[in-house]
Amino acid sequence: MTSPIDIEGGGTSVVVDGEAGPSAKAETVQLEGRSPGRLMWMRFKRDRTGVISACVVIFFFAIGLLAPLISKLYGKDPYTVYADERPELFDSAGVPVQPNGGISGEFWFGLEPGNGYDVFTKLLFGIRTSLMISLAVTVTVVLTGILLGVAAGYLGGRTDFAIGRVIDFLLAFPAQLFFIASMPVVVSLFVSPRDETPTYVRVLALIIVQWFLGWMSLARILRGTSLALREREFIEAARVSGASSWRIIRKEILPNVVTPLLVQATYLLPSFVTAEAGLSFLGVGIVEPTPDWGQMFSKASTELVMQNDITYMFFPGISMIIFIVAFNLLGDSVRDAFDPKTAR
Amino acid sequence: MTKDLLLPAPRDEGADAGGEPLLEVSGLTKHFPVKGGFPIRRTIGAVQAVDGIDLSVRVGESFGLVGESGCGKSTTGRLITRLMEPTAGTISYRGKDISRASRRELAPIRSEIQMIFQDPYSSLNPRQTVGKIISGPMEINGIEPPGGREKRVRELLEIVGLNPEHFNRFPHEFSGGQRQRIGVARALALEPKLIVADEPVSALDVSIQAQVVNLLQKVQRELGIAFLFIAHDLAIVRHFSQRVAVMYLGKIIEVGDRDSIYTRPRHPYTHALLSAVPEVSVAGEQAPARERIRLAGDVPSPIDPPSGCRFRTRCWKAQDKCATEEPPLVQLSGNRAGHLTACHFPEEPTTEAREEDIILDPALAALEEDTSKD
Repeated sequence: MTSPIDIEGGGTSVVVDGEAGPSAKAETVQLEGRSPGRLMWMRFKRDRTGVISACVVIFFFAIGLLAPLISKLYGKDPYTVYADERPELFDSAGVPVQPNGGISGEFWFGLEPGNGYDVFTKLLFGIRTSLMISLAVTVTVVLTGILLGVAAGYLGGRTDFAIGRVIDFLLAFPAQLFFIASMPVVVSLFVSPRDETPTYVRVLALIIVQWFLGWMSLARILRGTSLALREREFIEAARVSGASSWRIIRKEILPNVVTPLLVQATYLLPSFVTAEAGLSFLGVGIVEPTPDWGQMFSKASTELVMQNDITYMFFPGISMIIFIVAFNLLGDSVRDAFDPKTAR
Repeated sequence: MTKDLLLPAPRDEGADAGGEPLLEVSGLTKHFPVKGGFPIRRTIGAVQAVDGIDLSVRVGESFGLVGESGCGKSTTGRLITRLMEPTAGTISYRGKDISRASRRELAPIRSEIQMIFQDPYSSLNPRQTVGKIISGPMEINGIEPPGGREKRVRELLEIVGLNPEHFNRFPHEFSGGQRQRIGVARALALEPKLIVADEPVSALDVSIQAQVVNLLQKVQRELGIAFLFIAHDLAIVRHFSQRVAVMYLGKIIEVGDRDSIYTRPRHPYTHALLSAVPEVSVAGEQAPARERIRLAGDVPSPIDPPSGCRFRTRCWKAQDKCATEEPPLVQLSGNRAGHLTACHFPEEPTTEAREEDIILDPALAALEEDTSKD
């Protein structure tokens, strides 16, 4: 399923005329070749599943990005404690009086039992937090993967050996356990345990911890790709004309690792979203009152919410399922578009 | 035959053709280490890909290098273009030793030695347009041709017989022969003095081979570029090269001008090689019968080459002397100047049919015995 090492780029070759001698006819139309990237885009556009899932993914990113605007139009924010503001909506235990967690024309997704936050804006901002963290992790992972993977593959020898052993070592870590154990440690690097932890420190710690154990698979794939590319004759051609290693990596190798890079990145991002949600669910990620996708699950599983407001679980649950499924389908489509030979 | 007068190898005398040497290679050696052992990996041997070869290419000359697969031809080409570091020996270009030069020291010479590669599908970057591929070397060497690089790219495309309007296309939009032309255009972009062509046509089909070889010949004549033409196809080398060297297992065993090698070969291996070329004769037309030699077995492993003469394990004339003494590459009596052979017991300088064919391959011999009985 994941062998996207396609350095050729395009499978469908557009065959031009057999002998293209210098024709005397003045061609007014500029002949423009179709790049492997454009061929990929054309193939992707034909894939209906891919286009639909891309739309879904873009929709999620859009509502994440536009969350403050939407909440302004909607007239509520996720930090208002409606249990204090509108006590008439809650009973003595803090559970919304109306059925299904108080879903009404005013509160579209209902109210959260306990503090009485607005679920709709909380979900929007939760998606925003989760996606921003995951995107940051993906970007750092991709950069590290390129740097170490391409360096290991192209330079080879001792560099390759050293990076390879570091990767082996880090892969031996049990990731989830390491995240849970190291989150408080990383947080305490920034603030003393007695002070209150600012949210940005938690976000930073989440990014660092996930990045630390996230880059290895990508680096390995890029190492393999650049190792194969290094033996190709066009690299030798560049060396014969005197190109430096830096130029060869930049101009000859990097454009050719874009394919596995894009495919892997689209697989990595949803896995980071779920990992981040998992950490917040377990209470080591983002904590109240900052809204977060995963932390909404942990809220939904508390006794108070569980017993009184089962609908609460559906909003983060269904939205996350749709997002992850769409993103994974998108990853498959991207791979198929880049490498039509592996398509079903 | 053994009483042949052996003359020492004349160096740079080149009585047959004028011209100063452009590239001189002496004692060039490349050994690839073989690692093994447990738990500590160490070098336990070496693949002696190229083992002390001498050759010189003159200005504007086409020099052919032929031999079986795995004899070290391509390694020699890569050593000369400095894609690999030689283990020993010197490569001098216009009298300047470049065998250990760093990338910076090489910079002025880089533009003068270029290479054409074997596989046109792997030698062009699939992510770059033809224009970028051809102008890349100019960009690296900071060459600003008059009228701009794009104009020069169009000129080069026209020289190699491609539509100059195609400079915006990508390699996957071209056929193998067209791709190889792009490779030639890239090599010409720096106006080199020497092109190392590493089996430039062996990946192409025969009709395209002729086109590309003729293109290379045109380029060589019109632009006065010297070629080191590496190939295993003897007919193409004969068509293209003025001088030819025959390699076997990392060594040059015979070198000389084209006519000497093709019509008056002395080394048994050259005889065998020439005899292995398939013959095409038109019905009714009787070509003069050629000798017939069929070798048996494979080329020995270059990790552990035979002692003395490397060809002795497959040679029908081998004697004890061949195992103990390595034959020097010398001019044998009766040979033209510049025709050097490394053999203790050379053959007659002819390729005509002998009284009895030499069939060393037991399977083939048995087969022929069967058919002659019928």
